[in-house]
Amino acid sequence: MASVVSEIGVEEALGELPQIQSDPARERRPRLRIWRAVVLFFAGVYFLIPLYAGLKFSFENDQNQLSLYAVKSIPSTAGFASAFFLSLRLAAVTTALTMVLMVPTATYVHLKLPKMRRVLDFVTILPIVIPPIVLILGVLKAAPLWLRASPYLLALVYVILALPFVYRSLDAGLAAIDLKTLVEASRSLGGRWVSTLWHVILPNLRAAMLSAIVLTIALVLGEFTMASLDLWTTFPVWIYQFSQLDAHIATAASMMSLIGTWLLLSVIVSVDRSQSRRTRRRAGTL
Amino acid sequence: MAPFVIYTLLGLGIPTLAVIDLAFRSNSNRLTLSNLHTVVQGTYRVGFVNSILLATITSIVPGILGLILAYAVQTARSNIFRRLVATASGVLANFGGINLTFMFIATLGSTGALTLWLNVIRLNPWHYGFNLYSFYGVVIVYMYFQVPLMVLVITPALGGLRPSWREAAENLGASSFNYWRTVGAPLLLPSVLGGVLLLFGSGFAAYATADTLTAGTVTLAPIQIGEVLNGNVISGEEHIGYAIGFGMLVVLSITMILYGLVRKRASRWLR
Repeated sequence: MASVVSEIGVEEALGELPQIQSDPARERRPRLRIWRAVVLFFAGVYFLIPLYAGLKFSFENDQNQLSLYAVKSIPSTAGFASAFFLSLRLAAVTTALTMVLMVPTATYVHLKLPKMRRVLDFVTILPIVIPPIVLILGVLKAAPLWLRASPYLLALVYVILALPFVYRSLDAGLAAIDLKTLVEASRSLGGRWVSTLWHVILPNLRAAMLSAIVLTIALVLGEFTMASLDLWTTFPVWIYQFSQLDAHIATAASMMSLIGTWLLLSVIVSVDRSQSRRTRRRAGTL
Repeated sequence: MAPFVIYTLLGLGIPTLAVIDLAFRSNSNRLTLSNLHTVVQGTYRVGFVNSILLATITSIVPGILGLILAYAVQTARSNIFRRLVATASGVLANFGGINLTFMFIATLGSTGALTLWLNVIRLNPWHYGFNLYSFYGVVIVYMYFQVPLMVLVITPALGGLRPSWREAAENLGASSFNYWRTVGAPLLLPSVLGGVLLLFGSGFAAYATADTLTAGTVTLAPIQIGEVLNGNVISGEEHIGYAIGFGMLVVLSITMILYGLVRKRASRWLR
């Protein structure tokens, strides 16, 4: 389900916010304010209690006393290092592959085949319609044996899972810059395609690429369905297996990965905001 | 373009076609309908019914709650607060799988924090027949990412309701109820339906959370696929997994077609 969300993305929801003007007529209604406070209170309770409980459990020992033993013993726990490094390697390979595949494709489509954007929109939404559990079923059947024996099969499939939001992110980034003028300027100055892509397009796409990369890493580090069915002990699979041995350590590891994801995603939001601030300033001076 | 086409064909097209193809093949590779026949009966039918029920509950209830929450946030004065909620929704909607499972075990498990608090006031839910590791446990846990997902989806639509429309209605003498009944609700309805359909798809396809929470004991279509892949299946029924997968694709395709239709309608006003 995680993949569904990325299509909508944090940025899109944020982008809509500044347009809403506060409506003086609304603020005059005291009933609305009480009602709002009640709703927000219950929402706050529902969303914060599990977070609190998860963190509390992570900082407790078997005797329910406050303790750092679970957090401290994660790194030295059996299997943690290999699982975590496997996940990191998969994240690196997936990210690299996704970027090499999608940056030129998205740029090319924007520049030369604008009519294909609809097709690309459709194809990149498919991984959301086809659930990971069904996709891995087909992949395990269709992949050749030598590939099935390698963990990097997962990286190849994760590229597909990452497509929806990576493409949307790059698409939005490309739509925001005057691609045609930039490329024509570079070409008329004698730049070749590769150097145009590298020196002109990439620097302008930095923010879009960063958000795509962060979302890809978050996806790979948290993916459980495919990894567990392909029988590779990635980080989330390890957490699950280890929970049978020590629930405190497993919960602590999962809360750490959650906080890590949170930090990663907040990077996008802050980059996104500074980027839009810069664009606004530039628009002001022009 | 060519590398992209080749990659998606190999990584997405061929595996999907393989699932569809094998759904219609017997063990001796002959075309057959018997796999599909099997999965609409008995325990596999229960799996589909439960999955659709789960997806329906966890799309309609979080759909309504998400709408109310989004509206409450939307009408708040503080800009910082709205940004905070948008970011939090983005993060929470991405929750799922193992992390969510552990958080809820620590909350509502038999010795979870909330369970113990409720126990103090003699309302321990486990004493009243509640079981976190069951169908209804899965429902409660799914809300945790479905409600934020709805907030994310519906916030732009709420922002598209222009204050001037409301003022126009009020100048014409409409009460708050009149405004919602004749202007607000009809405008929002397609977006709300779209959001609910998206939640349905997300709840129907989810595997990791339900599997880790119930250790695969709850009868849901995705979990049954996992069982087949893990080899827990009667010999001779290996192709059942593909037939379940095909069934899931059919349900999700219908959902997404409806979603496309609804979105077309929604974009008429809210742009």
